Amino acid sequence: MDVNETPDLSDDEKKLFEDLMPEDLDEILDTGVNRRHFLKLVTLAGGGILAAQSAVAEQLFTRPLNVPAAAELSSATIENGVNVSLNVNGAARKLLVDSRMTLLDTLRERLELTGSKKGCDHGQCGACTVIVDGQRVLSCLTLAASCEGKSVKTIEGLAKGTVLHPMQEAFLKHDGFQCGFCTPGQICSAVALMDEAKRGDASYVTEDVRKKTAPVQLSTEEIRERMSGNLCRCGAYPNIVAAIQEVHSGKPVEQTFRFSA
Amino acid sequence: MRPFTYSRANDPASATKELAGNPNARFLAGGTNLIDLMKEDVERPSAIVDISGLRLTEIKPIAAGSAKGGLSIGGLGKNTDAANHPLIRQNYPLLTQAILAGASGQIRNMATNGGNLLQRTRCPYFYEVAMPCNKREPGSGCGALEGVNRLHAIFGASEKCVAVYPSDMAIALAALDAVVKVKNAGGQERSIPFADFHRLPGDTPERDTNLAHGELITAIDLPPNKFAGKSYYLKVRDRASYAFALISVAAGLEMDRSDGSGTKIVQARIAMGGVAHKPWRALKAEQFLAGKEATVENFKRAADAEMVDAKPLEHNKFKVELGSRSIVLALQMAMNGGKA
Repeated sequence: MDVNETPDLSDDEKKLFEDLMPEDLDEILDTGVNRRHFLKLVTLAGGGILAAQSAVAEQLFTRPLNVPAAAELSSATIENGVNVSLNVNGAARKLLVDSRMTLLDTLRERLELTGSKKGCDHGQCGACTVIVDGQRVLSCLTLAASCEGKSVKTIEGLAKGTVLHPMQEAFLKHDGFQCGFCTPGQICSAVALMDEAKRGDASYVTEDVRKKTAPVQLSTEEIRERMSGNLCRCGAYPNIVAAIQEVHSGKPVEQTFRFSA
Repeated sequence: MRPFTYSRANDPASATKELAGNPNARFLAGGTNLIDLMKEDVERPSAIVDISGLRLTEIKPIAAGSAKGGLSIGGLGKNTDAANHPLIRQNYPLLTQAILAGASGQIRNMATNGGNLLQRTRCPYFYEVAMPCNKREPGSGCGALEGVNRLHAIFGASEKCVAVYPSDMAIALAALDAVVKVKNAGGQERSIPFADFHRLPGDTPERDTNLAHGELITAIDLPPNKFAGKSYYLKVRDRASYAFALISVAAGLEMDRSDGSGTKIVQARIAMGGVAHKPWRALKAEQFLAGKEATVENFKRAADAEMVDAKPLEHNKFKVELGSRSIVLALQMAMNGGKA
């Protein structure tokens, strides 16, 4: 769907906004429901105020949001603008970005790809990991301006339609997450790690780096070391390692968890 | 982050010229340290010159056709590529291990070889702009000297600064006697021996290195060595991985027989990380070991010879014993193919 398209509101929906958010009605009718309106509505819903109109609100929640296209951003909000052309998940994108804008913020705030997460924003947690030109990197420490001509793959670009990437499937099977915040970074990191193992890259725990074998079979210790740039505060590490080992070895790995009987 | 102009350099000449014309401009390569410091408001460049597209990435023999005369690694090559290059893995496994001991897979994919050398200290007082720090703001004082200084220097510190240098790669390069090749805006090139590249803090801790503003690291030369089969990079840290070193030791032992059966040390190379404002060559330990049998007893005496001069602060006294044990363990592991 074109991001500029304003979905027509039904009469019920109009009534809902008229009753609950009269101060925003004109703007909504003019430019559609944006993220701010949406969040406001969610807050109201959370307070139980929406009980009477819950069916209408639910319908609204499933609508795509109306977001401003790049061109609509006021030039006053962009300082030292840099033109960048890059490929994101197979689509060519052209943007004018503030020289300070990171790749992470560009993906999340300009391209509406909010799968990549901002954890620490200082290169210490790995939640923002994306794959640039085949290599896993930290998008929070990458300036968008420096991505001219590069190909970026994010968590949104891994599945083929409704068919999940094997790493995504494995994370589901092994329950490789609890809150899920680090998961997009974990999965992008693990996907790139598979290629590194195929190439025969070494790690700090590789027994003899002088012996190069490709592909390299990764032990649990190797996976843990090579994934150390992705932190999981829920501590789902055993399950994450099991998921990665399953994809890496191509053989089923026993789940480390059990459902209670 | 404060506003800055951004430009992409097409060749080393224009990059160095652009920097030379503005004392407040910075090169951007991998960005893994600079961007973070800009977010923290520690670095405040008015202009960024992006050199990441320059083709200074090659790894090649210094003497054409043979790795026997040493290797030259491009200043803008990625850390991952240097660590995994077959000639480096074979001839400089110490460097491979040291690079792979640092940071994470993601960061090593971004970080460049030249940029790695220019990492700034991770001293928390340097990072926190509300604290005094002579390195960040000359004359403001050193917060760590009388503050929380568990992570700080035990060698070569001054009243002005007790910070330690963070790179792992550089510790191996110090042991390998690498040479840093740089180029300035006038097109002049110079070679800086590794021992002279980084500085002790003295009265000017704001200067980490002897690189002049606008000089570009084009390559790092690795001279040949005779200890590729007997080397080890040991990193001791607060957690198993993805943490800076409390102590690290790059050790290489050239033995009297090159087939692995030698028992007498011809020459030892030992460099330490996490102990000083620069990679610390343990010259006293090296001197002690020259001509000695490679025994644990001699390793211990060598370590003592080095550590006796350590001057710990209030919270890092543990580094003296840890440093001593780390030297011994690194030498044992160098001797025994990576096993303790």
